[in-house]
Amino acid sequence: MSSIADMTISPRDAERYEEKDFGFWLYLMSDAVIFACLFATYLVMVGNAAGGPTPKDVFSLERAAAETALLLLSSTTFGVAAVALSAGERGKVLMWLAVTFLLGAGFIVLEFGEFSGMIAEGAGPDRSGFLSAFFTLVGTHGFHVSVGLIWILVMIGQVFFKGLTAPVASRLMRLGLFWHFLDIIWVVIFSVVYLPGLM
Amino acid sequence: MDIFGRLTIDSLPLYSAVAASGAAVTVLGGLAVAGAITYFGAWRMVMTQWVSSVDHKKIGIMYIMLALVMLVRGFVDAAMMRSQQAIAYNSDGYLPPDHFDQIFSSHGTIMIFFMAMPFLSGLANLIVPQQIGSRDVAFPFMNSVSLWLTTAGAGLMLLSLVIGKFSTAGWTGYPPYSGVEYTPGVGVDYWLWMVFIAGFGTTMTGINFLVTILKNRAPGMTMFRLPLFTWTIFVTSVLIIFAFPALTVATGMLILDRNFGFHFFTNAMGGNMMNYINLFWLWGHPEVYILILPAFGVFSEVVSVFSQKRLFGYVSLVCATMAIGLLSFTVWLHHFFTMGSSARVNSFFGTMTTIISVPTGVKVFDWLLTMYRGRIIFKPPMLFTIGFLVTFVIGGLSGVLLALPPIDYLMHNTTFLVAHFHNMIIPGVLFGYLAGYMYWFPKAFGFKLNEKWGTRAFWCWIVGFYLAFMPLYVLGLLGMPRRMEHYDIAAWQPHLIVAWVGAFIIMLGMICLGVQLVVSIRDRKDALDLTGDPWNGRSLEWATSSPAAPYNFAVLPKVEAREAWWDMKQRGVAYQRPEQYEDIVMPKNTYVGFVIGIAGFVFGFAMIWWMWWLALLSLAVILGAIVYRASDDDDEFVMTASEVKAIEDERFAQLAKAPKNELADEPGFAGEPAAEPAT
Amino acid sequence: MIVRHARPLRWNTCAAAAIAVAALTLLCGGCTVLDGPVLDPKGPIALTERNLLFKAVAIMMIVIVPVFIMAAVFTRYFRGTNRKARYTPNFDFYWPAEIVVWGIPAAIVVWLAFHLWENTYKLDPYTEIDPSVKPLQVQAIAQDWKWLFVYPEHDIAVVNELAMPVGRPVSLTITSDTVMNSLVIPALGGQIYAMAGMQTRLNLLADKAGTFWGRNVQYSGTGFADQQFQTHAQSKEEFDAWVEKVKQSGTALDAAAYDALAKPSQKVPVTYYSGVEPNLFDCIIGKYSHGDSDRTPKSSKAETTE
Repeated sequence: MSSIADMTISPRDAERYEEKDFGFWLYLMSDAVIFACLFATYLVMVGNAAGGPTPKDVFSLERAAAETALLLLSSTTFGVAAVALSAGERGKVLMWLAVTFLLGAGFIVLEFGEFSGMIAEGAGPDRSGFLSAFFTLVGTHGFHVSVGLIWILVMIGQVFFKGLTAPVASRLMRLGLFWHFLDIIWVVIFSVVYLPGLM
Repeated sequence: MDIFGRLTIDSLPLYSAVAASGAAVTVLGGLAVAGAITYFGAWRMVMTQWVSSVDHKKIGIMYIMLALVMLVRGFVDAAMMRSQQAIAYNSDGYLPPDHFDQIFSSHGTIMIFFMAMPFLSGLANLIVPQQIGSRDVAFPFMNSVSLWLTTAGAGLMLLSLVIGKFSTAGWTGYPPYSGVEYTPGVGVDYWLWMVFIAGFGTTMTGINFLVTILKNRAPGMTMFRLPLFTWTIFVTSVLIIFAFPALTVATGMLILDRNFGFHFFTNAMGGNMMNYINLFWLWGHPEVYILILPAFGVFSEVVSVFSQKRLFGYVSLVCATMAIGLLSFTVWLHHFFTMGSSARVNSFFGTMTTIISVPTGVKVFDWLLTMYRGRIIFKPPMLFTIGFLVTFVIGGLSGVLLALPPIDYLMHNTTFLVAHFHNMIIPGVLFGYLAGYMYWFPKAFGFKLNEKWGTRAFWCWIVGFYLAFMPLYVLGLLGMPRRMEHYDIAAWQPHLIVAWVGAFIIMLGMICLGVQLVVSIRDRKDALDLTGDPWNGRSLEWATSSPAAPYNFAVLPKVEAREAWWDMKQRGVAYQRPEQYEDIVMPKNTYVGFVIGIAGFVFGFAMIWWMWWLALLSLAVILGAIVYRASDDDDEFVMTASEVKAIEDERFAQLAKAPKNELADEPGFAGEPAAEPAT
Repeated sequence: MIVRHARPLRWNTCAAAAIAVAALTLLCGGCTVLDGPVLDPKGPIALTERNLLFKAVAIMMIVIVPVFIMAAVFTRYFRGTNRKARYTPNFDFYWPAEIVVWGIPAAIVVWLAFHLWENTYKLDPYTEIDPSVKPLQVQAIAQDWKWLFVYPEHDIAVVNELAMPVGRPVSLTITSDTVMNSLVIPALGGQIYAMAGMQTRLNLLADKAGTFWGRNVQYSGTGFADQQFQTHAQSKEEFDAWVEKVKQSGTALDAAAYDALAKPSQKVPVTYYSGVEPNLFDCIIGKYSHGDSDRTPKSSKAETTE
């Protein structure tokens, strides 16, 4: 088992990983604009209940709090995995990635329950402009988290089969960026969608 | 029947002879290309050297081929519209409204998304890495994905002519008209999915070039030594990264509205169509500058090289480019002054719009001052540049007029507006790209394009342009709205006939472009570019051979001045052989990008026709391809020093046979780059 | 190496031909355009808008004309074959030139911005033209593919015809019972969108009698090309007579008649109705707005975006 420190990365590879990190930051900025547009749309449409349910009727603070807790915790466990990565401890990386995956999956299960419950109550996205905006904003975040989960699985596979090689470590760093980014987006969703809706 | 979703035999365009022949031409064209490749036994070459290529130069060439094909298709649409309007006074013409509406929708969509955007990506791919002294773009594989996703969108565009109908909602797809309540059927869905899918490709291109320009520059190539074309691609990339998400969101929401009963933009149930219009133009206005800035870059290169003089006001031009980029995000509301915004809001956006004319005006004067005390050589790219300068300011004038809200209340939605944006986009964007095409063609293929036919193409284009669009200004002042399938005002018809004549002359221009290409390929031996520097150029792309070696530069150049290549020629260090060559690491070709593109195309098709199983399948293919690629650490190979030496030996053998300066026989030639006189 | 030259460019001839063609086109256009609704307006709003257009064109000539002159002179004089012309290959910066090329356009923009703000406020379509005169209220409803005008004061409604007394301001409140439309009467002034579930406004005044065409200019589907109407600006007496004519010849526009009318139809002839369903206009808005907070059908100051 080798640690990152004694992995020999050629200057060219180092440069390439730096380029990839930078490119990934740019992607995240672009994605942030997508969320900004979705947030703006939500704020424009939150009053357009069209006689249907309003935020007060459909949101549950308990569920939103549980979702928040799971996602924030998963960010922390990913952080632990990153620490294990820099220490070069492959087993721990695998374990903490798995924990992160489970927490993220728990979040998705809760969100899925929330969505299907709302649809069953007749508060689906086709009920009103407000609900369309809600489902799209929160659903887009959920879609990102699902992609992140697949990515975690792929990385678990890579760490397992390839070990903590330089390219794998570089990918794990970007997965971390992505995962923390989704966390930040969720915090904004919680503050812009759920809290005002329930106040 | 469920596996075919809503696709039935009635989806074939047998309802009208015009539509059926359009479909037939598309199908036969595709078959002809496939037949030609088979006839020449070129499938293996096409697949292994082009389709799977991650070489930025080949990707650039493929982008431009796509753009030229789509230019023909978009022009046919334009000619059909002009013909209809020329005869439709108190008559139905030859096109029913449903068909006419599809044509103006596809014309705009094609010209913006599948002509101008690929052309821009193509020129950037071909040139930017060479201009900054780099061996490739930052992400060669992602570059291939971008190309094939763009092609997937264009493929859906072409397919819409054969299976089903296209959108009738215009290239902007305003709801609620584009909603499912008023426009059922697959037309708008075709439009949405092709824009959505191609938009991902474009966003990746933007990220790719921003990283390339910031991280891959040759030693000594500081930002303020970048050639102007690279600067404009830099700003355009920033605009792409920040603007395209708005388009993705707007089209994504309309997809949800149309296919899944959402209420983003519907009339009732809490929808808000104004949100679409805001989001669309939040992308749409920066998009105008995404298209035109690279053309400004081309003009900057061309005007300096063919005036045989340094570019005037380099810093001004860079600042103006950045100012335009920044301001482009502050003006989107001028597309809908008439939506009932308050005077305060309209005044703000109107003022911001007029402010954009300042940096644009600066550019025009800097180009003119570059010609001042130059020695101008009138090659076709330079002709397009001069034609642009004169014509563009007329468009600028009408643009400032439309930026004044009270005047926009009168002129909005009229042909005055149509004339205005064609006046920006044909001389501004298309002339720029055509100039770039003729200027950089030798770099791509190693021989020059025929100048006689290029000159003819230019004169047809410029005369045709004036004839086709000046009457539209007049018609706008006569109150004629855009998108009229027929009309009953006699005073309009003469102008529409003149415009039709203009379109005919532009068609001659298109034919000249085609003839130019054919004649140039036939006579290529007479116009070989042996030095790689056919125009006595100034920037680094002319330091490579034509066409450039796969690695562009055997040894990365050391840049010491702004006009890097000119400076090297002045110092006498151009064409120097290094003492020894090194191994060069190159990206391996891969089919994964192509597979993702094909799957993207199938996914779009399946979503349009509600074949959910196929959509899931193609998504799974995309996911599998990405995971496969992300797990493949063996994506590079080493070109050994001896292989590099062999290529370079050939290059220097060719240089020994070449004239010292390929432009030297030109009557207007002003002289070799000499050591700087002590002034 | 063989260099194949293009024949010496007779490009001056070509340029002259191109300019001649352009001039001819403009001239031909110029003759008819002077009588067009934009350049020959029939009301004060359109007149002020036109005058602003003239002023803006004039001020911008400060930039446009030098560009034409420089382009013509420089390309002619500094052609490569003219060895008499001075050649300074390294001339790439000159402070005074920079100041001029940034300064003059900037000064023009300042001038323009000043006029822009003043006129945008003055010509805001929501602003009543003369607060001392009670304007004629007309409600315009866009349908597929026709315009319905309701005169609440007179309890009449008309399809595809608009009448107004000369000299009295008209205050149009506009909505749509279909896709987005845009109402314009070019001889009288600017346009404004019509959107379902929302109300927009347009204040107009005809100070000359006459018949002017108006129409929807926002593309709206199959029948778009024929979605137009005539506007009759007439004296007070003629207008009253017109109202009387509508009242006598018209049938009632009750809910059932409205629903029949609202169905898509093309090239609809002028139709008169007398006796209009109460609150028809507000009901049409209410049909789409569901009483949501951002739609205020009852308010007369319903600005749609701010």
